[in-house]
Amino acid sequence: MLTLVARRVIRLVVVLAGVSLVTFAILHVSGDPVALMMPEAPEADRASLRQSMGFNDPLAVQFARFVTNLARGNFGRSFFHREPALPLVLERMPVTLLLTVLAMGLSLAVAIPIGILSAIRRNSLLDHAATFVVFLGTSMPVFWTGIMLILLFAVRLRLLPVSGWETTAALVLPAVTLASASMPLLLRIVRSSMLEVINLDYVRTARAKGVSEWLVICHHALVNALPLVTVAGLQFGLLLGGAVITETVFAVPGVGRLIVGAIRQLDFPIVQAGVFLLALIVVLVNFAVDMLYIYLNPQIRVR
Amino acid sequence: MSIGTLAPGRVIVASELPEAERSRTWRKLSRNPAAIAGALILLIVIAAAVAAPYVAPHDPMRQSLLRRFTPPVWLQGGNPSYPLGTDQVGRDILSRIIYGARVSLVVGLAAVAVSLVVGVTLGLLSGFLRGRVDAVIMTVVDVTLSFPQLLLALAFVAALGPSLATIIVVLGLTGWERYTRVVRAEVLALREKDFVEAARAMGASPMRTILRHLLPNTFSSIIVMSTLQVAQAILQEAALSFLGVGTGSCHPTWGQMIALGRDFVSVAWWLATFPGLAILLSVLAINLVGDRLRDALDPRVG
Repeated sequence: MLTLVARRVIRLVVVLAGVSLVTFAILHVSGDPVALMMPEAPEADRASLRQSMGFNDPLAVQFARFVTNLARGNFGRSFFHREPALPLVLERMPVTLLLTVLAMGLSLAVAIPIGILSAIRRNSLLDHAATFVVFLGTSMPVFWTGIMLILLFAVRLRLLPVSGWETTAALVLPAVTLASASMPLLLRIVRSSMLEVINLDYVRTARAKGVSEWLVICHHALVNALPLVTVAGLQFGLLLGGAVITETVFAVPGVGRLIVGAIRQLDFPIVQAGVFLLALIVVLVNFAVDMLYIYLNPQIRVR
Repeated sequence: MSIGTLAPGRVIVASELPEAERSRTWRKLSRNPAAIAGALILLIVIAAAVAAPYVAPHDPMRQSLLRRFTPPVWLQGGNPSYPLGTDQVGRDILSRIIYGARVSLVVGLAAVAVSLVVGVTLGLLSGFLRGRVDAVIMTVVDVTLSFPQLLLALAFVAALGPSLATIIVVLGLTGWERYTRVVRAEVLALREKDFVEAARAMGASPMRTILRHLLPNTFSSIIVMSTLQVAQAILQEAALSFLGVGTGSCHPTWGQMIALGRDFVSVAWWLATFPGLAILLSVLAINLVGDRLRDALDPRVG
């Protein structure tokens, strides 16, 4: 078990190195970062900026510098806000995380019971309805779902605010929108992993010895639907990606909206800081999930 | 029919399936009403995209301030020659949706082609060579999986400058890892099989073993995955266009239409609603076909 943990830690470090390389590449992939930053400036200004920002150094040297700065939390100053980029991203992070966690909670709260029910009552009306919702949900563009919800609940019924993040009511539509993107996938996974275990011998044995159906489902079957943990981890990345769009639709002041705005203004320090931090969160969540998996799975734990 | 029951050296290629097998796959597909509906919708979308100049009632770019915000034909004030209404500058929404199908389909198909080439090649190498190559490739997969895919695509499209080619390449290069993982897993299992052993014993080169014996056996999963990825790529292209880093041209795309319609959602709901329905229907159609394809091609599903 210890070697497994050690191996995971090594992988964490390697993946983080890869993540920083990709983040570095965002600015350098076009070949000329300065042209990207100041597309309209005269060549003389560009040349001096290139020199002062060290863009004439070999890429390896630049990358080393980037990583050193990154370790100190220095992503450079935002061109637009004229402030260090990292604090700007960090101060918007709680909003994005809250939105993501709310959406995750919502989609789990819907997906787990309905997924279980449709696995138990396979081919029932509920199962068919759930399958239909899964298809519909995976085929809808998140941003369009959001706009349709705005149209219905904010414009027509006037029940909820169109956008913003100040009141509790304003959280409802963004959270529901984001959840609608991740719920169908979760539901499908809950259903299929339940179907896999529900007819196994040990579940039948539990039933045969008189364990109540409810306990069979919760204790014997659900616990073994382990992939759910891994999937919840992967879902986190999907949700953070969806949060970028959802925040834009509802004008939620989170990291996603900041990044999208920064991309339009070609404000690359913010883009790099934002992309790196979101990836860092995904990596850490997945690492935590891996650890949890090692801990939860007796086959690995015993070894 | 499972791979295990095959005679050694026998390779499953769709075209080589015994007549009975092939017709069974086809029967399973054709018996399912949802799959038929999906295939029909898909045919209509493809036909509309290909024949756009002939089937679109109007020029998708032509503006007319006199006709702006014409509602759909069934509402009061609707005009039968603009069945789905017009937008804020009087352009025909139906024609724009028909033209928009072109971008969606081209990006969807081409991005998947890019992903396939990269993903399948790396998967074959990873599973066949194992060892260090495998470790490096799987690390790259892990890194790719760490980024929210859309965010990465957004950043790179912005950095490279929005264009059709950029979108295709970036979406292709952010979506390949699924093929690598599945192909690798299948190759790892297949390479222990007798028929691969036999091929190697008979002196088949590694190249021949990979291309002739391993690759064809991964086809059914690849077909299913790539069908479903077309659907995702269409959604992602729409999201990129919606966020304003689209194809960079004035040709209408569904995502861009929704973005424009968002600003007028309280006065003219049809601007954002219909392009979204177009996305929903096309993606749903592809998903339905892809899902039934999986059931039909997977020997384990009854």
